[in-house]
Amino acid sequence: MITDTGKKKPEADIAQVEINKYDFHTEERYVYKARKGLDEEIVNQISDLKGEPDWMRQFRLQSLKIFQSKPLPRWGGNLDEIDFQDIYYYIKPADRQGRTWEEVPEEIKRTFDRLGIPEAEKKYLAGVKAQYESEVVYGSLREELAKQGVIFLDTDTALKEHPDLFREYFGTIVPPSDNKFAALNSAVWSGGSFIYVPPGVKVEYPLQAYFRINAENMGQFERTLIIVDEGAYVHYVEGCTAPMYSSESLHSAVVEIIVKRGARCRYTTIQNWANNIYNLVTKRAVAYQDATMEWIDGNLGSRLTMKYPAVYMLEPGARGEILSIAFASRGQHQDAGAKVVHCAPHTSSRIVSKSISKNGGRSSYRGLVRVQRGAHHAKSNVVCDALILDPHSRSDTYPYIEIEEDDVLIGHEASVSRIGEEQLFYLMSRGLSEAEASAMIVNGFIEPLVRELPMEYAVEMNRLIQLQMEGSVG
Amino acid sequence: MTDVLRIENLHVSVADKPILRGVDLELHRGEVHALMGPNGSGKSTLGFAIMGHPGYEVTEGAIWLNDVNLLELEPHERARLGLFMAFQRPVAIPGVRMADFLRLAASNMRNPDRQEGEELIPMRQFRKELLEKMKQLRMDVEFARRYVNDGFSGGEMKRAEILQMAILKPKFAILDETDSGLDVDAVRLASQSIAEIGRKEMGLLIITHHDKLLEHNPPDRVHVMLGGRIVETGGPELAQELHQKGYDRIRAEHPEAAEAERAMRAETAQAP
Repeated sequence: MITDTGKKKPEADIAQVEINKYDFHTEERYVYKARKGLDEEIVNQISDLKGEPDWMRQFRLQSLKIFQSKPLPRWGGNLDEIDFQDIYYYIKPADRQGRTWEEVPEEIKRTFDRLGIPEAEKKYLAGVKAQYESEVVYGSLREELAKQGVIFLDTDTALKEHPDLFREYFGTIVPPSDNKFAALNSAVWSGGSFIYVPPGVKVEYPLQAYFRINAENMGQFERTLIIVDEGAYVHYVEGCTAPMYSSESLHSAVVEIIVKRGARCRYTTIQNWANNIYNLVTKRAVAYQDATMEWIDGNLGSRLTMKYPAVYMLEPGARGEILSIAFASRGQHQDAGAKVVHCAPHTSSRIVSKSISKNGGRSSYRGLVRVQRGAHHAKSNVVCDALILDPHSRSDTYPYIEIEEDDVLIGHEASVSRIGEEQLFYLMSRGLSEAEASAMIVNGFIEPLVRELPMEYAVEMNRLIQLQMEGSVG
Repeated sequence: MTDVLRIENLHVSVADKPILRGVDLELHRGEVHALMGPNGSGKSTLGFAIMGHPGYEVTEGAIWLNDVNLLELEPHERARLGLFMAFQRPVAIPGVRMADFLRLAASNMRNPDRQEGEELIPMRQFRKELLEKMKQLRMDVEFARRYVNDGFSGGEMKRAEILQMAILKPKFAILDETDSGLDVDAVRLASQSIAEIGRKEMGLLIITHHDKLLEHNPPDRVHVMLGGRIVETGGPELAQELHQKGYDRIRAEHPEAAEAERAMRAETAQAP
């Protein structure tokens, strides 16, 4: 059964209002739930259950050692309260993956119904993956795309069905040694999407993955690998939600993307995790000659997000774009940003970051622009704007620029603004309530980014902002 | 009985400095009143106080719309009762399109009990109405897609204010120097536009320096403000006199108000 947890709470805290739609949990009825905690036994158990080849088991065990040997990062947000032994690292919700929604266990299906996924699928998606706890419980791909050779699988199945392609790229963009949380993900990863788009194939409609955490003290560690072959195009969209519990959960994903010559990949995230989730994600793409990689990253939920989508431009003409929106309310810290690395001449990048802080929330922009020696005629433009809604909230900017080449063009602009009394009064004098006026100002502030989203997501983004703003003032 | 906006013995302070010192004014729907006076006499302050700007503190007196005490209402509640002010310096709202802003504003005005998130006027219906009004005001349709007052020229801002008034159809409108910064032709167009959008349906309080804006909107009454008070009220001939001869006679005949004006100016000059 589905239980509403949203309505019973004293609803003074606006930080909780916006997730009401997502704040319900489904009674736990799992096929397998590993004990809490992390050690070699758990890692072996996961590998056993998945029936993986030995190289993957060794990869996991090696990664666990790296995770255990690395200290927690001392920058970004406060990670001290994460108790790694108080987390469930693997929960299997269903026996097998459904190819139709009817094949998905009733209660889980109802969860996704409520989130509107099957409906969206019918209307404007080319394929869907729905992950519930540790495993993908539903997957679909339009037939004509499959015929053209497009692969859209959960990552576990891809390892079984396309072992060579998988092994060629897996872990090459984000190695386990990259950072503590990449190592953690590499040790216990489960689920996520695997996409391969053959040369010249343009996937017209988005492929969407939906990630849902339902259990308390859950760790979700999906692993996504996308390969866009020469001249191909794909737009991948992910959405994330979870109910609100009193104790924390952890989401730590790794996303690796390879964009080959002349190809284009767009990756859109609308992250609306409950405000007790630590969201620590490593996302990185490499772009080859004349290829374009675009990250569009919307962070509305979570207790702490540390996420800096990266593009490494490896060959001439490569282009990277990172557009991000962060919204931090009470008890939230969004430490988000971007990383672009120019490794070849005539590469270009653009970073646009917009952050909004309110009710004591804190948002930071942390970005790196790096131009390596030899990457002459590199161009990069960074714009980061922060909007602070009240005196209790905070915004910080940490721009890092490392340039080893003379003949480059680098621009950086940053602005911090507060919602002005004059703007509010002007709109209110036209009959808008204070909440409507604030929401309108905030929507205007992020409009340059929302404009980049497909219609359906733009509408969803505006709606989420509206929910964040309602009742927040007065 | 026609609607009436009544201001009684209004005292207003800004940052603890008294600006208005007892203003009385009664405006009926269908009437045009002009409010004139030298810079800093408190004309705009009266406008902001009527609309309910939080920075303008009413320390004494009352503002009534019929039998509703406006001082108890928020700015948006006053707007929904039919009050409007065309700003002297409209505020830019980057990223918000005129059409979207006006659709939400109009939905609230026409359904004053509308709650946040409730339905708006249907897009098609509103679009049609907006385009008609823009055509009537000889405005480029591109205007609807631009961000509210963002990068507008002075003239465009004033015309956008008149457009808003035309769409929102208030019972009472305060026009705060809608003619300032406009050339003669633009003022004439503005004046004509105000007349065309149904002046007779509204009570107008026109704050102005010269009489051009009154050309197509002949005032029933002309008030002269000095040192935070209305010191004289007359007919259209008073506007003409002030426009031609300035305020010397007024100052001479109202020495107490003239003294207050000097004091206020001295204080403003000293302010950091």
